[in-house]
Amino acid sequence: MKKSSIIGIVVIAVAISIIISTQSNASSYVSFGEAKAMAENGSSKKIHVVGELKKNPSGQVIEVYPSENKLSVSFVMLDDNKIEQTVYYNEPMPSDFLRSEKVVVIGGYVKDKFVANKILLKCPSKYEETAL
Amino acid sequence: MVHTGIGNLGHLLIIISFITSLLAAFGYFKATNNKEIGKAPWISFSRVMFVVHGISIVGVVATLFAIIWNNYFEYHYAWSHASENLPNYYIIASFWEGQEGSFLLWLFWNTLLGLVIIKTNKKWEAPVMTVFAVVQAFLASMILGVVFGDLKIGSSPFLLLRDVLADPIFLINPDFVPADGTGLNPLLQNYWMVIHPPMTFLGFACTLIPFSFCIAGLWTGQYKEWVRPALPWTIFGAMILGTAIIMGGYWAYETLNFGGYWNWDPVENAVYVPWLVMVASIHTMITFKKSATALKTSIVLVISVFLLIVYASFLTRSGILGNASVHSFTDLGLSGQLLIYLLFFLFASIIFAVRAWKNIPSSEREASSYSREFWIFIGALTLCLMAFQVIIPTSFPVFNKIIEAFGGLSTLAQPTNQIEFYSEWQLWFAVAIAFLSGTGQFFFWKKMDKEKLVSSLTFPVLISLLLSAAIFVLAKISEPTYILILVAGMYSVVANGTILFQLLKSGSYKLVGGSVAHIGIAMMLIGIMFSEGYSKAISLNTMTISKEWTEEQNQTNIPLFLNEPTFMDRYQVTYRNELMEVNDIPGYVRKSNLVNTEDPYYKVTKQQVTVEDKVYADAGDTVYVQNPENFYYQVDYKDLENGDEFTLFPRIQVNPQMGDVVSPDIKKFFGRDIYSFVSVKPAFEEDIEWGELEEIQVKVGERFFVNDYVAEFNGLERIDQISFNDLGPDDVAVRANISVFAENGEKYIAQPIFIIQNGQIGKQADVIKEIASKITVESIDPDTGSVTLGLNTTQKDFIIMKALEKPHINILWIGTLVMIAGFIIATRRRYIEFIKMRDKGIE
Repeated sequence: MKKSSIIGIVVIAVAISIIISTQSNASSYVSFGEAKAMAENGSSKKIHVVGELKKNPSGQVIEVYPSENKLSVSFVMLDDNKIEQTVYYNEPMPSDFLRSEKVVVIGGYVKDKFVANKILLKCPSKYEETAL
Repeated sequence: MVHTGIGNLGHLLIIISFITSLLAAFGYFKATNNKEIGKAPWISFSRVMFVVHGISIVGVVATLFAIIWNNYFEYHYAWSHASENLPNYYIIASFWEGQEGSFLLWLFWNTLLGLVIIKTNKKWEAPVMTVFAVVQAFLASMILGVVFGDLKIGSSPFLLLRDVLADPIFLINPDFVPADGTGLNPLLQNYWMVIHPPMTFLGFACTLIPFSFCIAGLWTGQYKEWVRPALPWTIFGAMILGTAIIMGGYWAYETLNFGGYWNWDPVENAVYVPWLVMVASIHTMITFKKSATALKTSIVLVISVFLLIVYASFLTRSGILGNASVHSFTDLGLSGQLLIYLLFFLFASIIFAVRAWKNIPSSEREASSYSREFWIFIGALTLCLMAFQVIIPTSFPVFNKIIEAFGGLSTLAQPTNQIEFYSEWQLWFAVAIAFLSGTGQFFFWKKMDKEKLVSSLTFPVLISLLLSAAIFVLAKISEPTYILILVAGMYSVVANGTILFQLLKSGSYKLVGGSVAHIGIAMMLIGIMFSEGYSKAISLNTMTISKEWTEEQNQTNIPLFLNEPTFMDRYQVTYRNELMEVNDIPGYVRKSNLVNTEDPYYKVTKQQVTVEDKVYADAGDTVYVQNPENFYYQVDYKDLENGDEFTLFPRIQVNPQMGDVVSPDIKKFFGRDIYSFVSVKPAFEEDIEWGELEEIQVKVGERFFVNDYVAEFNGLERIDQISFNDLGPDDVAVRANISVFAENGEKYIAQPIFIIQNGQIGKQADVIKEIASKITVESIDPDTGSVTLGLNTTQKDFIIMKALEKPHINILWIGTLVMIAGFIIATRRRYIEFIKMRDKGIE
């Protein structure tokens, strides 16, 4: 066999294994409902849920409960299907949490509780002010 | 007053720069196709156009800068990126905080490089500058800010605030100008924000040069000749872009506390990938110059680098990463335009390449496994696979969008264990690269066969194995993966070092670039292995800080009470002070010595501030605090093994807009860094829970106890005005001055205020966190001249700190410098080669 064919085969093999490993490590964006279903089917895979914090009619964020010593926080989040879910986060409340427009929680259900391991925030105001 | 003139001027200049770039592109296009006859007038026409384009870009930059510098907050860009209290160097940084400013920076560098090309390379000017001018037209269109009906082209930085914000105040007063801007994000107020973005965009701009030469070569049929002039610029670009990436990493390590120097965030990946491919392209271009192989690969790689840079811009600027990255730009609604930009260059490159493909010479003979071409090619291939592994997950949001566009549903998200996921693959590739870069060098400089190979490799293999063995015995490395990384790194250092030594011995100083850069890369690999693999928390603690925390969090964070020495690893650490930075006073000033005024940027000192016997402020002076959101926590370290002492000042930035941001302070030693940060901010005044009120009556000069500290009442003082309150003509405000004597001979001043306003009593307490007390004036007895003070006490002030030891991280930083030096040497060599050939009239 020609050397270039061997190299070609090796490269394709590596590329395929990269794709397989990416595929198996990839998380996915789901709703709380789907996440729950996944957990009930025995999957412990961490997933992403996109949503926003619960707000009262005047637009203020409500139902965010930092623990007494402020070292952790739990909050009510609505996913894109407007399903409410209390999320527990074992870290201090992230910077600009209450100002975020969108919240992405990464984690999963642990015995009916949704525990977030990581929170990503999308804040329009982070770089751009929108009001005087 | 609204200065509309300057904005209109800026906008006009943008339009001129856009039109002139189109004209220059057209002219250079004509010149390229017009062979000899009629070429000269087109060239001189386009040259004039490009120079006018350059002047107008410089004009746009100057105009926008003037708007920011003069604080014309009627402009949206100035208002949202600058503020009155920004120091000059951050005003420069605020220029490129927004998308528009960073596009301008890119345009500026491209212009400058274009002018350099016009000056240095007459032969290639017409076709190369055609590509340049087209790119400039696309970039200028991004900030064009022209609207045709519903179609908006670009977003101008010269928009007035009233045209952007729909605030009712503009209905009442269209000439309203906000008193202050919202300023540069305090998190970005860092010197790296001044250096890192220009470096990154210069790197971006540099990728345009090899791309333009490559397209020019394909277009004019000079399939081989483009490589020589393009090569020095490719190496230079890789040096600049590499430096910019490392600067970003160092910034993250030193200030942003992202947890390390590299986080595999999509924004970081988007620049890392083109850099890898760029380095691969350097190698194939060098191979081509030596032996006329790998030309087609070089063409593909050079084109890919530029397209990947455009793709990176698309990812970070279109808003597509919104849910995936913590730090992409906000969406300016330019995604359509960015996509057109990307697709235009993608298809244009494909057309040029396909048209020329069958005419591009390629060598039929198969490269022998004892040839340098073979090994360099394998190296370049490995680099491309590295890039491939990173670009796939980074592109998930794009895949999702494409599938959605075809009516499907895709919900792919970044791997949750991002760092392990990428590192696992990248480390193995890096090991391969280290072995290849060591061995490849021998092939590069000598003709090899089996015997020669064995004889020249024996020495470096033996030495590197011996050295690695010594290191892993000394450093107690047992993890097999780490041993392999160490061996690979050492092998690359020794092999390249051998070549370097031989080159130096033969006096070929100019040729050492490659081996120096390889040594740098190998050192980086070793540094990364040590500092990440053996990074450990030294702030170990057996106390449970919080029940809600994980065991790991509880065990690796240590509570430090004020002035209470605590043992941590080999250190005795003591939390000493909560401090702030005051302008014109070196070092820091204790926070409790500063009284707030209505303007957050101005504070009044309670006690004299002296630094090294020089008085910087007297009691009662007003001082300027440029960053009132920054607090520093002085922690003294005493090394119990050798008695050395040092002090660290980790920072917490409390910003009403941003929340709390922690930044580390790092003590650098030769073999390790101590990286410490305050993981949880201490309770601020409003959060403190106070004990029961205790009242005592004291006379002037009388001594008493506050929370077990000796205190002295120094008397009352009438004051005419107080902050946060307007006193009427009949109102009275009195301030009690109390000195408290604490540990280490420290003296604190408490100044509670007693107010009688409109017949009602008001009390302003003074909190001294250092003695955990709050003092109020409860009542004043004018007959006896005594006052009744209210004392509340609380738990002692504390911080929760985390400290990490990062061994041998300096090898990583030194490695980066060595690598950059290698790139510079190589750039110089290739540029001289190009100049020589050009002056001989060959280029």
